[in-house]
This record gives sequence, structure tokens and C-alpha cells, in this order.
Amino acid sequence: MAITTATVPKVGRNFRIQWEPAQDAYVLLYPEGMVKLNQSAGEILKRCDGAADVAAIVADLETTFNAQGLEADVLAFIELAEQQKWVDLT
Amino acid sequence: MTDLSEAVAVQDTAKIGPPLWLLAELTYRCPLHCVYCYNPVDFAKTEDELTTEQWFKVLREARELGSVQCGFSGGEPMLRDDLEVIVAEAHRLGYYTNLLTSGVGLNEKRIGALKEAGLDHIQLSFQDSTREMNDFLSSTRTFDLKRRAADMIKAHGYPMVMNCTIHRHNIDHIEAILQLASDIDAEYVELANTQYYGWAQVNRDQLLPSREQLERAERITNEWRATHGNKMKLFFVVPDYYEKRPKKCMNGWGNIFLTITPDGKALPCHTARMLPGLEFPDVRTSSIREIWYESEGFNRYRGTGWMKEPCSSCPEKEKDYGGCRCQAYMIANDPAAADPVCDKSPLHNRITEVVDRAQIAGNAAQVKPLIYRGPKESLQLDRPF
Ligand code: SF4
Ligand code: SF4
Repeated sequence: MAITTATVPKVGRNFRIQWEPAQDAYVLLYPEGMVKLNQSAGEILKRCDGAADVAAIVADLETTFNAQGLEADVLAFIELAEQQKWVDLT
Repeated sequence: MTDLSEAVAVQDTAKIGPPLWLLAELTYRCPLHCVYCYNPVDFAKTEDELTTEQWFKVLREARELGSVQCGFSGGEPMLRDDLEVIVAEAHRLGYYTNLLTSGVGLNEKRIGALKEAGLDHIQLSFQDSTREMNDFLSSTRTFDLKRRAADMIKAHGYPMVMNCTIHRHNIDHIEAILQLASDIDAEYVELANTQYYGWAQVNRDQLLPSREQLERAERITNEWRATHGNKMKLFFVVPDYYEKRPKKCMNGWGNIFLTITPDGKALPCHTARMLPGLEFPDVRTSSIREIWYESEGFNRYRGTGWMKEPCSSCPEKEKDYGGCRCQAYMIANDPAAADPVCDKSPLHNRITEVVDRAQIAGNAAQVKPLIYRGPKESLQLDRPF
């Protein structure tokens, strides 16, 4: 489906995101596998809670990191994450 | 599955990373008798399984070092009555928990208790697509039971992960196996060709498929991937005997994998216990930290410093770390040799001879009766592989 700022992403059913101090990173866990996330991927994915839409995620990130113009990056990442089934979209 | 190793392959190899993957082999006991079983051939000699408390200690100490994926296997892990409490402790500590089972012993009550304990995923193994072959290859009547186990797994909302070990006797049923996977709604399907360790090494000539069989199976799997790839993620693992370069075994010795055997030995991989001249530490007397960072067993083949020629001067040594130490030992009789799967190994012919024999259907070695894994056979053979 087309991703817009109104899309609500949620970490996929078979995935779990968690912070791992030993790796100093967020990781995405799934059956017998793991992806180590870079900082921006981790920060976006942990906000994919099935309640916030993309606009709210962008706003939250921009406030937290005192940045602007993150929308295009977030949209691009969500698209990639959906292809990997890391997130489900509603 | 291979995913984990890919995801972490970028790690800095100069410093020793954490044992990200913990494999807890809870027991060598098993109601099945698979002819390709990866347990040591002399498993029946081992005694004294770790207690619940000892497993708690292992889980706690490994988690402190950074272990995060935890697999419970065996033998058949369902045979441990304390499986549920061990899983609950692993979950409480923050592991992602995987149960690798034949499905025997799974019932409504236990699967419910496991869900409650926080189990994240169950990998169900089949021996083949039909009742006859499944039951023949495992020397049990378990096919119907497995089908019921699959339904239960689904009903309890677990991701459905099906595993089938592939070899000469079932590889031509690949379509039916894929159909079975589709029927049980598998989301991940692992079609792993037999790796020749343990009992599979005993039965190697009877199990290695021909090139033609292999190519056909791979082609059909690719066709299914094209048509069903959206629904099922398909993994097809080729036997390394058909390769010219060895696998990067365990993603490097002592790099991310830590196996604990039923009787408490810590190993860099579940077959390493066969290697001569190496003492592997016991979790009852050593901490996981000492084991991982300081023990001789884990340091011996770490990195590339231990290598001999042709590996030591090879430009590819960081890529495969010289392959598998157990295969080097089993075939070249030297655990520090290049894995003979590599065509730069002076003993590569010992692999190609076996492969050549596999092209001749019905040769003398292939028609020898299969030896089933079992305690009686284990004591009789009385050797590691
Ligand atoms: S491979 Fe077969 S016999 Fe060996 S532990 Fe697994 S189910 Fe049991
Ligand atoms: S010679 Fe050794 S390091 Fe080089 S490719 Fe072969 S096994 Fe790997």
C-alpha cells in the first residue's frame, strides 16, 4: 500500500524490537534471527507502536533530536521496513 | 537459519564480541531415531543432565554477556519436564526464545504453558511429506502427531516455522514437502540438506543426493519461491560437499555461537565435542565469562592465527575462516587443516570421491542398511562420528 503521513505502522507480528546494551543498539528479533539496527532505524522502529501515524513519528523524532525535515527519510525507511515485513501498515 | 549470521557479519573481528546466540541442548534423549541425527554418535555414554538451577545459571550468565537469541533443542527438549520453567526464566531475562522440536510430546496443556512462559517461536521438524516416509526415516509413528502439533502451534498464534532435513531418500519429494509446508501455513520453511556430522556421517553414502537430484530440488524450490515467496520464506541449504569453498562455519569459531550440551559442556558449536586434544569447559565449574573469553577450548581456533597452509596465506581466510574444524578433523584427520570441502585443500579429493559415488545410483555403499540413531546403536558404535 502507498505510504503517507497518515499511515500507522506497527512492528510486525513475528518481530520484537529491544535495546541491547551489549551491542549498544536496538535489535530486531524474529524466529532464529536478529538484525542489528543503526541508530535512526532503531529510533523510528521503536515508535512504530500501532498508534502513532507517520506524521506523529516524524514530529516526535524532530523534537527529540532537535532536527527538521525528517519526513522523507522516515517515509523511505517505513517503505523498506514494510518490504522486510518488519512493520505492518494500517 | 542463516539470517542471523548475515545480519551480524559486519562485526569487528579484532575484538571478541558477545555470544549472541545461545543454544541450550537440554537433553540427548529423543523418541525419534533419525538417520541423520546431528547428536554425537556416542551420546548414550553421557550422563548427568544439568539441573533446572544449573540451566538458570547458564541463562543468567550468558545474558549478562549479551546473549539474546536462545534456542532450546536436544534430543527432544519436550522430554524435560522443566522445559516450561526454563523457558519462563529465559523470557524473564529478555531472551528471544526458540524451541526446536519434533513435536512429540506437544499437547494442548504444554503448548499453553509454554505460551504463558513467554516462548516466542516453535520450529517443528518433519522428516518427509508423507506418513510412510516420515515414519520410515524417523523409525517411529509420528507423522499424524506432527500434523496435530502444527495445528496447535498455529492455533496458539506462534509464527509457523517448518524444518525438513533433506537427503537422498526424500529430496525427490520436494514438491510434496513444499505442499505440506503450504498446507500447514508455514511462514518460514527451512529445507536444509543433511550436514555430515554425527549419525549423518555414519550414513553418509546412503544420504548424499546426486547432483541431478539436487539441481531439480533447487529449481523447484526457486519456482515455489517465485510463486509463494510472499507467504512463505523459503531457505534451501545445499550440502557443502557440492561446493568448492567451505561454509563460514558457525560464522567463525567463538564468534557469536555458544552451545551448552545436556551434560554441561560449553562448545563453540554443537559438534565440536568430537575434536581431540581440546578440553571444553563445564558450566558447573566455570562461569560463561571465563568460558567465552578465557578458555582454551574457545580460543584455540578463534580468528586466523592458528591456521596452516593453504589457509594461512589465503586471501579468502577472513571470508570463511578455513571452514569447519570438525569436518577438517573427520576428513583430513587434523582439526587445524583447511576444510577439505575447499578445492585448495590437498585432500579435497576425499570429498569429490564421495560426491562421485553419489552419482552412481544403487552402488554398494548406498545400499548398505541405514543405521538408526538409538541408545543401543550408540553404545555399539562407541565413537564420536
Ligand atoms: S535429529 Fe531426530 S533423532 Fe536426532 S534429536 Fe532430532 S528428532 Fe531426535
Ligand atoms: S584455503 Fe582455507 S581460507 Fe582459503 S578458501 Fe580454502 S578453506 Fe578458506
